[in-house]
Amino acid sequence: MLDLPKWKKAWLWMITGLAVFAALPSLFSIANASWPQALPDPMVNLGLDLAGGSHILLEANSSQVATQRIENMEETVRSTMRRAEPRLRIGEVSTRGGRLSFMLDNPGDVDRARELLLPSINGNGLVREWDLQVVDSSRFVLSPTEQGLDQAVTDAMDSATEVVRKRIDALGTREPTIIRQGDTRIVVQVPGLQDPEQLKALLGQTAKLEFKLVDQTALPSDVAQGLAPPGSEIAPYSDGSASAGTSIAVKRLGGIRGDNLTNAQQSFDPQSNEPVVNITFDSEGGRRFAKLTTENVNKPFAIILDGNVLSAPNINEPIRGGTAQISGGFSVESANQLAISLRSGALPVDLAVIEERTVGPDLGADSIRKGMMAMAVGSLLVVVLMIFTYGRFGIYATVALVINVLMLLGIMAILNTTLTLPGIAGFVLTIGAAVDANVLINERIREERKRGRRVVAAIENGYKEASRAIYDANITNLIAGVLLFLFGSGPIRGFAVVLVIGLFTSVFTAVTLTRMWVAGWLRKARPSDIQL
Amino acid sequence: MKLLKLVPDDTNIKFLKWRIPFFAVSLLLIAASWALVLTKGLNYGVDFAGGLEVRATFTQTQEAPIAQLRSDVGALGYGDPVVQRFGKDNQVSIRVRLPDEVAADKEAAQVAANQIVGSLKDKYPDFRLDGNDNVSGKVSGEFRKDAVLALIAAMLAVAMYIWLRFEWQFGVGGLFALFHDVSLTLGMFALFQMEFSLQIIAAILAIIGYSLNDTIVVYDRIRENLKKFRKMPLPELLDLSVNETLARTVMTSLTLLVALVPLLLVGPASLFGLVAAITLGIFVGTYSSIYMAAPLLIWLGMTGDSFVPDETAVDRQEKIARGEA
Repeated sequence: MLDLPKWKKAWLWMITGLAVFAALPSLFSIANASWPQALPDPMVNLGLDLAGGSHILLEANSSQVATQRIENMEETVRSTMRRAEPRLRIGEVSTRGGRLSFMLDNPGDVDRARELLLPSINGNGLVREWDLQVVDSSRFVLSPTEQGLDQAVTDAMDSATEVVRKRIDALGTREPTIIRQGDTRIVVQVPGLQDPEQLKALLGQTAKLEFKLVDQTALPSDVAQGLAPPGSEIAPYSDGSASAGTSIAVKRLGGIRGDNLTNAQQSFDPQSNEPVVNITFDSEGGRRFAKLTTENVNKPFAIILDGNVLSAPNINEPIRGGTAQISGGFSVESANQLAISLRSGALPVDLAVIEERTVGPDLGADSIRKGMMAMAVGSLLVVVLMIFTYGRFGIYATVALVINVLMLLGIMAILNTTLTLPGIAGFVLTIGAAVDANVLINERIREERKRGRRVVAAIENGYKEASRAIYDANITNLIAGVLLFLFGSGPIRGFAVVLVIGLFTSVFTAVTLTRMWVAGWLRKARPSDIQL
Repeated sequence: MKLLKLVPDDTNIKFLKWRIPFFAVSLLLIAASWALVLTKGLNYGVDFAGGLEVRATFTQTQEAPIAQLRSDVGALGYGDPVVQRFGKDNQVSIRVRLPDEVAADKEAAQVAANQIVGSLKDKYPDFRLDGNDNVSGKVSGEFRKDAVLALIAAMLAVAMYIWLRFEWQFGVGGLFALFHDVSLTLGMFALFQMEFSLQIIAAILAIIGYSLNDTIVVYDRIRENLKKFRKMPLPELLDLSVNETLARTVMTSLTLLVALVPLLLVGPASLFGLVAAITLGIFVGTYSSIYMAAPLLIWLGMTGDSFVPDETAVDRQEKIARGEA
């Protein structure tokens, strides 16, 4: 039977009403009308290709995390052994092959050394972070476990995402989207940003600030060839600094990092009027900075930013106030940028921009306007064609089509999905599928009438026989859509989402709703013949 | 009101009479498409080739200096750029495929991008940057892999479903029809050297969806008729099925076309490639359902026996009506 029980009809109307209602806020926003604030306002997000803005995909250098961890472990091991009572002497420290190994001078201390290292090896206790092996009775080999490394990368990415967020907030852009993607990537989407250069420069800067002692024993000729004395490393001067193009040797360990800052401001040097950055340490950082400068008076130390030496001033006197001034051939802009970066904290890993897309807001708006126009003309033609071909049934189909578009928009709004340019292809396909469903049904009813069936039987049969092909076609498309979503990348997913939601709405409107309307009309009018 | 009938009642066009020449032509077209793809190659956009694409408007100029831009950007030493009109006369898209060693180095790629945009901004005061895409080789490689994987997975899964719902011959026929559609679309992009981007993958997916719809409608009718007319020779039965669904085929295709043509003519430039591909796909997809999917059933030895006769009340009525029972 075509007719449905009352409660079912009530349900269908309710679902339709809800989904259509959910589409209204998005439509209001496109039309620049204001939606009453008291009502809920689910919105379809417009992708950057439509709305304009910047999309930046950052990738972290995850091997750097591993290197950094080994370095930190080396520091930990050295200080643990130094602080042991009585002191444990070690030698032959090596960090080759992604492992840390060292030799205890006295093999008898193996158990004690192992005991002391256990807390560092076990980390937070959830996953064991390092494997410890003792070979040849006194050589310790620490190799990072896979879980430990994964955890470290995850942690680094979490804090990197946080740092990225702080830096973008400092620029004052509105509604940025910052999402972790996969293991080592971060997607940044900023709507309406005209010039992404500043943003990219800011995100590309790791802002790892270090203060390291200059190794004065190194021979200038060795340094020029890139050779550093044991325990030291070569650091090049940064491009903007006075000695750009040359390098110096700095001591690898024993320096301090500029992590513990409470503030950083761009300012000018009172004497040279050169742009500088003033930094303020927190109490812990200030204490360490004071200790470093006190113990090394009259020696030069290098201020290193992201591996490049900004300057290597002499320590004339201990600096105890917890503030310092960094200079190094800055422009006002680059000094300001560094101040923002330092305030938001250093990135735990280097981030590189591996994909960038910017769409000017004008072009985006133009795309929408032209697209809307073309779609309006197209829809009008479809409506005319449907009504002229199928009469009353064409009107039902047209109303169903309009509801289909609204429901699709509404459900996308409720699920908070994003409409992109490829998504519009999905819209076109969905509309095509909905039209096709009605064409199939109506052609079938025509056929059944031609074979001499009476009105009600013909319509009943038309829906029944056509439904089989409609369901088969939609299920195959559903399978394709789901697979596309699983395997596809960004833009393909945008298409797949619309396709999958659209399959449900188009079957619902083109089959279920029109059937309810046709049944209602049949019951009321009881036609003995239909025009079709 | 007299209603419109696009296709007269009871057509009896012998579609399958010409199945061999049509099939041969189709195979030839598939081969030609692949030959084009392999020799001329696809004009990959930055999504798939990596590199930099800049879209810009010259706000004070009637017509963008395309030739001049080509030599300006070429002089920067990153290889020959592709400079094309994009939308209006004063709008262009400039595509530079960075040399491999630059593209591989993330920082160098950024520097190159800044340098290209910067030099154009300096030289042309009315240069307005409308947008740019900068895709590293790594990401474009992933896009390529994902796109191919998604297409193949979707096509195979769909063929499996048709096999389950119908018979294996239908699965093979449907898959082959899809292969035909995808091939010809790729062939068109190779022939006209239109930019092949991720959007076009979306278009191909839409074509697959549409063509599948079409194939299933024809197949559904074939299945129905196989049950109904168990003694009818297969070519005749296929012709009957195609003719019976012809009104629907024409109407659906026409409806989609009238929706698409305005998008093609007055729609945004950024959608042109996508809409052009889908429009072609409607023709190709409809054709393939009739001349690829259907005749393959004959050659694959499809018989009516595969469908267990379950004579419903409707079928019986049908036979009575036709005076067969």
